[in-house]
Amino acid sequence: MNHCDLDLQALAAHARPTFIHRDGAADSAVTWAAPTPRTRGGAAVDARGLSKRYGARDVLIGVDLTIAPGEFVAIVGRSGCGKSTLLRLLAGLEAVDTGEISLDGDARAGHQADIRIMFQDARLLPWKRVLDNVALGLAGGDVQERAREALAQVGLADRAGDWPAVLSGGQRQRVALARALVHTPRLLLLDEPLGALDALTRIEMHRLIEKLWQRHAFTALLVTHDVTEAVALADRVVLIEEHRIALDERVPLARPRARGVAFDAIEDRVLQRVLSQPGDESISAVSSLAPASQWRWAV
Amino acid sequence: MSRTSTSASSAALQRWWVNGHVQRTVPWVVPIVVILGWQVASRAGWLSTRVLPEPWAVLKAFWSLTLSGEIGKHVATSTWRALVGFAIGGGLGMLLGLLTGTFRAAETLLDSTLQMIRNIPALALIPLVILWFGIDEWAKLFLVALGVFFPIYLNTFHGIRSVDKGLIEMARSYGLSGWRLYLHVILPGSVASILVGVRFSLGLMWVLLIVAETISAQAGIGYMTMNAREFLQTDVVLVGVLLYALLGKLADVLAKGLERWWLRWHPGYQPNVAT
Repeated sequence: MNHCDLDLQALAAHARPTFIHRDGAADSAVTWAAPTPRTRGGAAVDARGLSKRYGARDVLIGVDLTIAPGEFVAIVGRSGCGKSTLLRLLAGLEAVDTGEISLDGDARAGHQADIRIMFQDARLLPWKRVLDNVALGLAGGDVQERAREALAQVGLADRAGDWPAVLSGGQRQRVALARALVHTPRLLLLDEPLGALDALTRIEMHRLIEKLWQRHAFTALLVTHDVTEAVALADRVVLIEEHRIALDERVPLARPRARGVAFDAIEDRVLQRVLSQPGDESISAVSSLAPASQWRWAV
Repeated sequence: MSRTSTSASSAALQRWWVNGHVQRTVPWVVPIVVILGWQVASRAGWLSTRVLPEPWAVLKAFWSLTLSGEIGKHVATSTWRALVGFAIGGGLGMLLGLLTGTFRAAETLLDSTLQMIRNIPALALIPLVILWFGIDEWAKLFLVALGVFFPIYLNTFHGIRSVDKGLIEMARSYGLSGWRLYLHVILPGSVASILVGVRFSLGLMWVLLIVAETISAQAGIGYMTMNAREFLQTDVVLVGVLLYALLGKLADVLAKGLERWWLRWHPGYQPNVAT
């Protein structure tokens, strides 16, 4: 099967209908403005004193999190630290025990249509073709057209008629991304969407997500266990530890980000902070085997 | 040298096997050999016509019954009974399966009752059915409906319950609820399981109908064979058996066709998928 995830050029071809090889440096100058993007801007997220417990077990205790409109925030932490639960609370998939979540100052409940989630598994409906998956939950006369446009944005316009079963893992996640974007969300929640992908596909997905985020200007919240991924994508990296926010680090690096001294310094700082805490589960399988300074070569 | 020639010939053999014609022909080899052997045995007098008439005589009986229109009449009657019984029993089974699968309250209320009834063999009810319905059409329809009810009920229930919870959660968060959630996610997600129930039921449908028709009937394939038995027309009995086999096969082919259409998204039903 065609396992070609390397078609970022096809992405660019959407803006410029020619296949021109461009290197990474030219990427920032992509003419995304060509088709008018349906953009509604990002939502401001304000969570105050969030607590959640399952039975007798505390998952989150008094978490405060404020995200500016259009900001990209990554949440990292060990497995089971409650980072996914925080995302699920923000998504409304679970109810908060105490605390409040507001979007643009209103209660979250009224903003369900502004929030879209990308799950760790793509969760495509296997009985719907790719295009119909993207169009899921859309209403209106131009549903097909909007779904096609969203598919083109993730570079999969030619797979519209395929069944999800024939796509690769990376392609499935791109369809899931298109399905989220077609709703023009003001807050996009990403729940370890790249966790199951191979390293090369992940790097491509990073670039794709970053581009689409810049283009659509939504607020993004990424939950990940991969510190490199967090530093590569986010404006802010938030570390959750012992059910609380333990670190809130700004990443003042220019985009698109490449590895370098500044990048590594931030990554090291976050990673050291994570590893300094005793725990039986390491933040990632790789970091438990190699010191953090060598770890970057693994991704 | 001999190794290469073996591998070459095995490759040729593989090509020959993969070739569609051969794959389609091979399943018929055994039946044809059996029928030929049977014909020879009958001709040679090793088999009494009372026990087993020669295939040729069965074919002739088939032909004359077709010409007289008798087969048409019996097949039509039996098919009608099978289909109506299947529609009633299968429809109710699916309806109740959807109900108990979707609502916990319905499951609590109905499921244990249904499980108790399920464990009664449908054929054990024949005396009761005759007392209730006499020996008219309803007795046969009741037996068929009762028999096909449970496989479809159980598989529908199971199908609904085993729909991926992650997909339901995703669909809800994408704004689907109520009827739309049902139509786009829950129902398509349980189709595979429901179809298993349908195929199982189609097999049971003929079994129950055969028995029902041999007890008491004025028409139908079962009646035809029982009648022929009275007159020691073994060839006509065999025509009846043959008809059941053909109709059963036909029903299975239809069910497979439905599977192939409804589950065409499923990797297991796609012709050229290698992931």
